[in-house]
Amino acid sequence: MLESTKSIPAKDFVLSVEGLTVSFDGFKAVNDLSLYVEEQEIRVIIGPNGAGKTTVLDLICGRTKATEGSIKFKGKELTKLNEHQIVHAGVGRKFQNPSIYEDLTVFENLELSFPRGRNVWGALFFRRDKEVVDKVKEIADMIFLGDKLDTSADLLSHGQKQWLEIGMLLIQDPELLMLDEPVAGMSVSERKQTADLLHRITKDRSVLVIEHDMQFVADIADRVTVLHQGKVLSEGSMDRVQSDPKVVEVYLGH
Amino acid sequence: MNKFADFIARNQYSHMIILAVLLLVILPLSMDIFRLNLVGKYLTYAFVALGLVLCWGYGGILSLGQGVFFGLGGYCMAMFLKLEASSPENTAIQSTPGIPDFMDWNQLTELPWFWEPFHSFGFTLFAVIAVPAVFAFIIAVAMFKRRVGGVYFAIITQAVAAILTILIIGQQGYTGGVNGITDLRTLHGWDIRTDEAKYILYYINALLLFLALFVAAFVIKSKLGRLLVAMRESEERVRFSGYDVSGFKIFIFCLAAAISAVGGAMFTLQVGFMSPTFVGIVPSIEMVIFCALGGRLSILGAVYGTLLVNWAKTSFSESFPELWLFAMGALFIGVVMAFPNGLAGVYQRYIEPLLLKMSKKDDSPSAPTPAAKDASSDKADTSEETLTSEERKHA
Repeated sequence: MLESTKSIPAKDFVLSVEGLTVSFDGFKAVNDLSLYVEEQEIRVIIGPNGAGKTTVLDLICGRTKATEGSIKFKGKELTKLNEHQIVHAGVGRKFQNPSIYEDLTVFENLELSFPRGRNVWGALFFRRDKEVVDKVKEIADMIFLGDKLDTSADLLSHGQKQWLEIGMLLIQDPELLMLDEPVAGMSVSERKQTADLLHRITKDRSVLVIEHDMQFVADIADRVTVLHQGKVLSEGSMDRVQSDPKVVEVYLGH
Repeated sequence: MNKFADFIARNQYSHMIILAVLLLVILPLSMDIFRLNLVGKYLTYAFVALGLVLCWGYGGILSLGQGVFFGLGGYCMAMFLKLEASSPENTAIQSTPGIPDFMDWNQLTELPWFWEPFHSFGFTLFAVIAVPAVFAFIIAVAMFKRRVGGVYFAIITQAVAAILTILIIGQQGYTGGVNGITDLRTLHGWDIRTDEAKYILYYINALLLFLALFVAAFVIKSKLGRLLVAMRESEERVRFSGYDVSGFKIFIFCLAAAISAVGGAMFTLQVGFMSPTFVGIVPSIEMVIFCALGGRLSILGAVYGTLLVNWAKTSFSESFPELWLFAMGALFIGVVMAFPNGLAGVYQRYIEPLLLKMSKKDDSPSAPTPAAKDASSDKADTSEETLTSEERKHA
């Protein structure tokens, strides 16, 4: 699988990560990792704790700087950009714990994520016009929070907070959406809704998801990458990965 | 009475109007010029407290060195006034006439180059804002671009305040040293020491304070204001929503510095001198107390907090001078523990609901619709309504 993807020219991929290494005081959390994500693909990264899953997302979104290697997004090198420049390039990142603005309402949370007026003067003279209000309402409906626009975000349930954060990313219309454990702590019905949501929103973008819930992974994944000790252990369809003896040994077997 | 309660609780400008009536009418009519001049002096601190509401209350950037910017603004104004007071005729007895007296005492024979531009009033007005703002910009860029924040930033600002004080005291020949710049007399030939001048300066000061309040209100109500709140809660999320967080921090810190500097300049004009006592750590921390006591999320609270603490300081230290510092410390700890949002928080929690109840009693039997509508509008319709309730919360 890896061999076959390498022969295809990189521009066909939305995201191509090559030879990525990051070392924290000598410990290589991610070690010579290569990963290619296609357009409109839902890719799920699984792996045991400490495999470097979250670190990979951190590296792509600029939160952690790579020691070596390259991350190309639509042909643009991301390793040299700042966090906000990477967002402007079209990469959105959801954190493991819902990271929203609890003192603000759902409307305001989404509005602040609307991609306009992103510098000081733009923010100072930002007008809440029809375009903004319509877009916020559209996204709120999509994330099942259409009737909660004026609710203060700290009053939302855990699952609703997760959705809100996904909505805050969607309103920026990123071409690559990265989600770190989007269904952690969700009820069964919320999981199902989230899976539906992810299927709907991948129509015009690629999604990179970290998830532990294998049922959920099977529901959404086009392809699965298994990480172990900072390296790709196995990659392919869910069935293929699940039957890979190496994967069973280090991860699924437990 | 009920109509009045209704006005206070419902009209979004009511609090601003009440403050205006208090500062522009009631206080000038009820006080002699000595007391009014004192109030004017306290109000110059309110500029600093207002700046702290913006950068600490909203932006979450605690600066323990705001006295630096107050002082720089004050020194810029004092340099102009001192040059005017040091005309060759006034200083004929000096060995070098035409330079400020303290320079002569320190064996300086020539006006230092950086004093020269302060012969111009236009330049001085520009410098009052620009010097502190540029200084703040340098600190802010150095700190926020490296993502220094929280306690570390507070300590660094405090160190800056200490350093600047030492520098001013040490460079006696250039700055007037520990005495500061004293014996200021006229502004373009207009004697600022007369009672009439003090009245006029009081009003100019009050009007500038309202201008600063409007600027602050505009910033808070803009998207930038909400971004500041968002940054305070989750800086990372703001960064990953595509904002350059450091730019916003730099902006709000510089704005706070510029507002503080206007206060400093008005202090010099009203009090007639400027000294390193107003630059250092102690005044800087006092300013934080004014802000915390008034409510760090309330721009009007900053004004009331400043007035109240200073009024208490004056009356208390007249009778028990040695106890004042303990009293202020206790007050600060007490307020922060019991009412984290200060006086403004107390008002919103206890007094405003009371006023709303009083006004509701008035109109509920005859016309139930407006009252019911208003009760629900607290967290009601989307855009406009949330804004008003939000700003009422912080007003």
